[in-house]
Amino acid sequence: MGRFEPKILAFCCSYCSYAAADLAGAMRLQYPGNIKIIKVPCTGKVDLIHLLLAFEQGADGIMVAGCLEGNCHFLSGNLRARQRVNRVMAILDRIGLEGDRLAMFNLSAGMGARFAEMAREMYAQVLKLGPSPINIARETAARPIVEVAA
Amino acid sequence: MIKAVPKPLEEIIDLVKDFHKVLIVGCDGCVTVCEAGGLKEVQVLGSSLRLYFTQAGQRMDIDETSLTRQCDQEYLDQLKDRIDHYEAVVSLACGCGVQYLAERYHDKIVYPGVDTCFMGVDLERGVYAERCQACGKCILANTGGICPIARCSKRMLNGPCGGSEKGKCEVNPEIDCGWQLIYDRLKILGQLDRFEQPVDPKDWATSRDGGPRKIVREDLRL
Repeated sequence: MGRFEPKILAFCCSYCSYAAADLAGAMRLQYPGNIKIIKVPCTGKVDLIHLLLAFEQGADGIMVAGCLEGNCHFLSGNLRARQRVNRVMAILDRIGLEGDRLAMFNLSAGMGARFAEMAREMYAQVLKLGPSPINIARETAARPIVEVAA
Repeated sequence: MIKAVPKPLEEIIDLVKDFHKVLIVGCDGCVTVCEAGGLKEVQVLGSSLRLYFTQAGQRMDIDETSLTRQCDQEYLDQLKDRIDHYEAVVSLACGCGVQYLAERYHDKIVYPGVDTCFMGVDLERGVYAERCQACGKCILANTGGICPIARCSKRMLNGPCGGSEKGKCEVNPEIDCGWQLIYDRLKILGQLDRFEQPVDPKDWATSRDGGPRKIVREDLRL
């Protein structure tokens, strides 16, 4: 197995963190390329099942990035997202995956530097946790059985 | 509507761990409204179980579906062509739905995925409260629209009891005294004279004291 390169998804609200990621790019700020951004109209659109399915499909970590609390374009979407993130973290802890593979962040459209910092934090966190147990189990199951001659 | 809460994930894992093909069946009725057993909850449970068994290295095929209602034969019939593919079924319907599903497919192992709690109302999202105990003989007309059977901890018909203090019940200070509520409402309605007539003992034969109940409406039958 080669060096572990985590697959990290970022659900970004189009009103804040997506624009912040764009700004981070315009500012030429460096952040790990492992972060794959999914633009959502509001983090309130992100449901439990989206997060769980992403883990099922091999994500090593997921970040949900919404507006600053009190600043949601749809008033409470980011608060709902935080609750859902907490619920999924609790589920992950109970089924043998680390809840820390998931995190919620809040930032505004002008916080490009914070986005880059947040992405680096998440990358470091997932790197520390290692590959998702789902990926490890799948890789183990797919490994051919080598018979040793007597 | 009927209110239920999801069973702990560990309990469901323990129920299905010895199988390899499991179907999770939700109900689009009451349990969808209280977010315990609708299609969304079916998907979340299915995904959680797949994640658990995958990381545990155990082969487990989990499929998901939801029926309009599990308390009606015609909707349960929709499973007839596929249910044989599964070793066990987890039903997220209320106790009625779980039983009717087990009755319809009597050779299939059916497990409950929720704990059915009571008939109640939504105070706010995620907060539900009991309002009816289905005693079979409604007396709300005489009690200001507040049921002493469901709202009084002692089901008193001539309350309140001595345990009512500052409008709260002695059983738990978070419970409103049902009879205080009735008094306040009758006062608003100008019907406090109802307290002057003691209520006769209730005939509990229409409730659970008469055994499992059944309604036969000849006017509706063909």
